[in-house]
Amino acid sequence: MTIEIPVEKWAGSVREVTIGATAEDGGTRSHTITVGGETSLPFLHFEGQTPNRPILALEIRDRKPDSWSPLLLEAWGEAAEDPGAWAKAAEEAGADMIYLTLSLTNADGEPNTPEAVRTAVRKVLDATGLPLAVAGPGQAEIDNELLVPVAEEAEGERLLLGVCEDKNYRTIVAAALAHNHLVQSRTPMDVNLSKQLVILIHDMGLPLERIIMDPTTGALGYGIEYGFSVMERLRLAALQGDAMTQQPMLVNPGYEAWKVKESKIGEGVPENWGDWKRRALEWEAITATTLMHSGADILVLQHPDNLRRLRAVIDALASPATTT
Amino acid sequence: MALTGLEIYKILPQTNCKDCNYPTCLAFAMKLAAKQASLKDCPHVSEEAKVKLEAASAPPIALVTVKSDGSEVKVGNETVLFRHEKTFYHKPGLFWHLRDTEDTEELKGKAAEAEAYHVDYVGIDLYLDGFAVEAASGDPGTFKAAIEAIQSESKKPLILIAPSADLAQAGLEAAGDSRPLLYAADANNWEEIAGVAKAKDVPLTVRGESLDELAELTEKIAGVGVEELVLDPQITGYLDSLELLTTLRRLALKQTFRPLGYPIITFPGADAEADETLLAAEHITKYGGFVVLEEFNPASLYALLVLRQNIYTDPQKPIQVQPGIYEINSPDENAPLLVTTNFSITYFSIANEVEGTGWPGWLLVTDAEGMSVLTAWAAGNFDAERIAKDAKAFDVEGKVSHRKLIIPGHVAVISGELEEEMPGWEIMVGPREAVDINSYLKAMWSN
Repeated sequence: MTIEIPVEKWAGSVREVTIGATAEDGGTRSHTITVGGETSLPFLHFEGQTPNRPILALEIRDRKPDSWSPLLLEAWGEAAEDPGAWAKAAEEAGADMIYLTLSLTNADGEPNTPEAVRTAVRKVLDATGLPLAVAGPGQAEIDNELLVPVAEEAEGERLLLGVCEDKNYRTIVAAALAHNHLVQSRTPMDVNLSKQLVILIHDMGLPLERIIMDPTTGALGYGIEYGFSVMERLRLAALQGDAMTQQPMLVNPGYEAWKVKESKIGEGVPENWGDWKRRALEWEAITATTLMHSGADILVLQHPDNLRRLRAVIDALASPATTT
Repeated sequence: MALTGLEIYKILPQTNCKDCNYPTCLAFAMKLAAKQASLKDCPHVSEEAKVKLEAASAPPIALVTVKSDGSEVKVGNETVLFRHEKTFYHKPGLFWHLRDTEDTEELKGKAAEAEAYHVDYVGIDLYLDGFAVEAASGDPGTFKAAIEAIQSESKKPLILIAPSADLAQAGLEAAGDSRPLLYAADANNWEEIAGVAKAKDVPLTVRGESLDELAELTEKIAGVGVEELVLDPQITGYLDSLELLTTLRRLALKQTFRPLGYPIITFPGADAEADETLLAAEHITKYGGFVVLEEFNPASLYALLVLRQNIYTDPQKPIQVQPGIYEINSPDENAPLLVTTNFSITYFSIANEVEGTGWPGWLLVTDAEGMSVLTAWAAGNFDAERIAKDAKAFDVEGKVSHRKLIIPGHVAVISGELEEEMPGWEIMVGPREAVDINSYLKAMWSN
């Protein structure tokens, strides 16, 4: 008996997007990274190409975060005291990209300032040659106030600026246009909303080659199945040729997984939850690996050990087809 | 492949006799195609039509049932490649690999440990499904003793890993009245092993080096009357696993290729190169049927069980709780009042958190059509009007003497509007995450 392996023919493909700029292109990054370009469902090499591997970013902050799990702070140690040192440590841990999230306030509880974030971004750019993403604290007005100076400070670096949401994207897109950056387009786990925001951003004149789609996800146990299915649907739509769903996808399993009780809390939890550290690491790693199977192109993690674990999975999955 | 209503109509008597209680044969055919009626309702159907319809309606992936005194694991019968197309029906069984070369006391200890393992996830009891016991000694007596030792501590279903007929026989004898999955028939031993499986009416795993070999074997084995089969395509790592399991699912669903229309067993810990938890997670997400784990680690198992629960949730029906006002830690009229949506994960995160802190509290759960806070807010199911309406419907004013309502931090933006909708109430913006409720209440609640 000879079985014919079913192969799906797809009309569309994911758009390729390049983050970062080297000196040649007006930036200072040591190299750039390109994501997207897939012509099949994730890693099915027997029916299409995966020209670019999913990339692993590590999230850092402009100052030591107040509310991170002690397990994360322990892993980063002193590096977390300074964004430059932290970025360097993240590069050493094997990150493909640095994802810098700006804080709402400084260590004394006073509002963060344009001057302070310029300094932080400059430190990170000086400390590492990796491409960089910078996200605001997540409150519209403050995001705009902080991201515009970031865009100016990093003129020409092709940063990924985040996050654009339907209620607040104009200022960030304008800053990306003015200073040659990219944007992260985030919508709350919905195929149509994802598409719509990409269209709105594109309508402002930003080329599709500068938009990364963030469909949002939930952590394992906290709604991952919604994110998972929205991503599968978006990727299927992209392969079927729906142009406005063809942006590479970024998700933040690190942020999602490390804010839940299973990862954050070591005491006063059921005994059968098992060893705290192991559970917390599994939470982030399983969240990330599951989203990789639903089409994530950029995975933002928070724990350096999991970066190494996920790297091994990607190395195995993304290598060219051996069995057909 | 399922037949359409018209195709079914063609093989019905076409007399419109109404004996099936439908007005016409066509109407009955349409109901059959939608699986809302049974062919038994037609007393006049021909034998030939029966055979055709039954063949067409047989599930493209067979259902396999493994049972013991008390519990059962059913896998297979899946109908889609992606959960959003319908749902995934039968959660893969998670089994722990034990070997008879271990001391019986050790085995008892492990069985007891697994038996005691239960975790509560949003009100659902999660646990390990059973044990895969391997006759690694090659000795029937030792194998028997090991199974008996395990069963003295736990009645969970079994997979018996026995490479020969006499070991399989011994294992099944020790397993008594239960219905284990037998592992495995291959090109060399299939006749004798299939004989044992048939005599005891137990499901059988078929192992092959390639899909061609697997398909040939399953046809031979089905030919001798063993119909509940499980496939072991012998995956090794992340990539061949994804390719093989996807291909098998597609062959079964898209081509109704019967020889490979069976659930799949995997051993994610067999490959030293792979991370067992992450490969098992892949198998749960992408088409595994039975997943046999080398390691029993509570932390990893909890994460895998939750993943399985999530992936196998029906996407059309988010798990919801009843809207209403819930009491936590026997609150009085001075206790804080919090509001959230009726999405079960949201509800349990908050209820568990408040309960854990020891704070007495009232939790108003509004009807947000089972959506989480942000999603519900975006969809207009958790706005000021809805909250005010439910606050009234569930009589919060009669429960608390204060007039303070704590809303989730994620919907801080509705606080102004809500104050207008609920005159006399102070709207307090709570934390974004449930885990911060305790510190929030400590800082903000003065009563």
